Amino acid sequence: MNINILKPKKENLTNYIVLGGFFIFIALLDLLTNVFFNWNFTGFLPAKFSYFTPLIFGTLGLYLIRIEFSGNKLLDKINVNFNSSNFNAILTLLVTFALIKFVPPLLNWFIFDANFLGNTKEDCTGSGACWVFVKVWLNRFVYGMYPDAEQWRINTAFFILFMAVGASFFASTKYKKYLIIFLLFIYPIIGFKLISGGDFGLKFVETGAWGGLSLTFIVSAFSLILCFPVGMLLALGRRSNLPAIRYTSIGFIELWRGVPLITVLFMSAVMFPMFLPDGTYVDKLIRVLIAITLFEAAYMAEVIRGGLQALPKGQYEAAKSLGMGYWRMHFLIILPQALKLVIPGIANTFLALVKDTPLIFVVGLLELAGMVNLAKTNPKWLGMAMEGYVFAGLVFWVICYSMSRYSQNLEKKLSTER
Amino acid sequence: MNKIIELKKVNKWFDKFQALKDVSLEVNQQEKIVICGPSGSGKSTLIRCINRLEEHQDGTIIVDGNEISENTKDIEKIRAEVGMVFQQFNLFPHLSILDNCTLAPIWVKKFPKKKAEEIAMKNLERVQIADQAKKFPGQLSGGQQQRCALARALCMEPKIMLFDEPTSALDPEMIKEVLDAMVDLAKAGMTMIVVTHEMGFAKEVADNMIFMDEGRIVEKAKTKDFFANPKSDRTKLFLSQIL
Repeated sequence: MNINILKPKKENLTNYIVLGGFFIFIALLDLLTNVFFNWNFTGFLPAKFSYFTPLIFGTLGLYLIRIEFSGNKLLDKINVNFNSSNFNAILTLLVTFALIKFVPPLLNWFIFDANFLGNTKEDCTGSGACWVFVKVWLNRFVYGMYPDAEQWRINTAFFILFMAVGASFFASTKYKKYLIIFLLFIYPIIGFKLISGGDFGLKFVETGAWGGLSLTFIVSAFSLILCFPVGMLLALGRRSNLPAIRYTSIGFIELWRGVPLITVLFMSAVMFPMFLPDGTYVDKLIRVLIAITLFEAAYMAEVIRGGLQALPKGQYEAAKSLGMGYWRMHFLIILPQALKLVIPGIANTFLALVKDTPLIFVVGLLELAGMVNLAKTNPKWLGMAMEGYVFAGLVFWVICYSMSRYSQNLEKKLSTER
Repeated sequence: MNKIIELKKVNKWFDKFQALKDVSLEVNQQEKIVICGPSGSGKSTLIRCINRLEEHQDGTIIVDGNEISENTKDIEKIRAEVGMVFQQFNLFPHLSILDNCTLAPIWVKKFPKKKAEEIAMKNLERVQIADQAKKFPGQLSGGQQQRCALARALCMEPKIMLFDEPTSALDPEMIKEVLDAMVDLAKAGMTMIVVTHEMGFAKEVADNMIFMDEGRIVEKAKTKDFFANPKSDRTKLFLSQIL
């Protein structure tokens, strides 16, 4: 009979809840006083023991309230989801403690102790983040060294891009075709001319002055659009029956996959001009774009090849038996299915590409992270590295997360299974 | 009668394994031939050689006046005239039933979309799945999928139809609906070569029966004679097991 007292059961429900709740309360109280008031009321116990008191009391409390089918909906829910065994109870406690310990200081740094007002470093008096830094430099972070008076050109270029992309989502299939042609072939020229200028009375802005978030977008967008078809052709080439094409593709893919991006960029900037005849000049940004495109195309090729290999042989045979040649078979039957299969892989490569763009600093081009790097070395703003990098990290996260969500939507939309 | 398919001494190897040994065969227009035999006897390989899904190494294959070899240009044109139905249906899962049927006519035969859709609906009607046209293959039963595969092949308006064990992957209940569609097609006068174990179907539609074993044609006979008094012992043994 004595043993039964130790085993929580339904008959004494209220007693156990009160007792368990008391222990959990003590555990939380111990922790909270420790975190917020720096006072350890179990300090009279041996040090090693008092350190674990919240955990011990918490586990004990959770054990006491672990009563199956108690009839109390809230209690049952807690028990099933957080408190199904002693091990899970300890995990629940550890996670709760970690949240209590780490979230408030983070919030303090980000918001409550942070400074938002002012224009100089001296305005930052709080112990938290100095967002004044980001506010003052925001223009540079977005536009780089692009002249202030000409920034409307970048805005216009991106405005057209977003409008066209947005329209292509909602347009009917009939107009979608033209919008995609516009986006792939006409827009890049318009956008490039608009931003670089030199014609139509627009002032020429050399690519060295481009920078910041807008450069991140430019580099990512161009490379994304271009690396896709190149990768597709490489993937097909690697599976070709013609040895010349197959070995060229394999060689190309393995060469680019075997080299770090940073060396590729460096070579494009330093070594590539040496091979050109005197007097010819290819813009640094264009060289970088080509280098990143080819580099990512090699990865893209392998991702797409994975999809091609996953398709059953019957699909090829059915297409052939209907009289389709190589290109029709691939573009109508094989690639639509293969690409759908590897959307997660493609998204992965695209995300990696976006996050690789900061590497272009090795050739002296400064996109968002590069501009942050530059700003933090400004004598007036020393010691602002944390704010800058947190800001850059957040912006990259927003970009990458939206791409990731988009790829998930695409997967759902294209799914034809039931 | 016009010969539409002619095979002379065709040999085919998969590496060292010889799949076809000196196979000779003539098929006339509107003739229906059923090929049977144990598994691994080369039945599928034989009909797959006719539209060059497999390449033969020796001998000649002539389809509708064109010799098929590695030198054949426009193999696609010949394939477009030879419809094929597979054991595993091989429908295109990313396209609706209707699109499955219109894709090749539009892109290979260059039919306008409207005409292709009319033909497709006519053929879907014929195999009695016109009401499923907007669905995707994954939403259909096996029997419906195979009938769609038949309709898809028919939309190319082929001169010859090849069937590679069309009912072997189906539930017993669904075999009949597919066989009915095939009987209907046979009655309409299509030239057909069918690899199957459905002897009831063979008795009903086949003009000639072929029995294959170990890559050879062991016996070729009129359907009645084939079942009534098979000549070779191998055929007798096979028939005694399957009937």
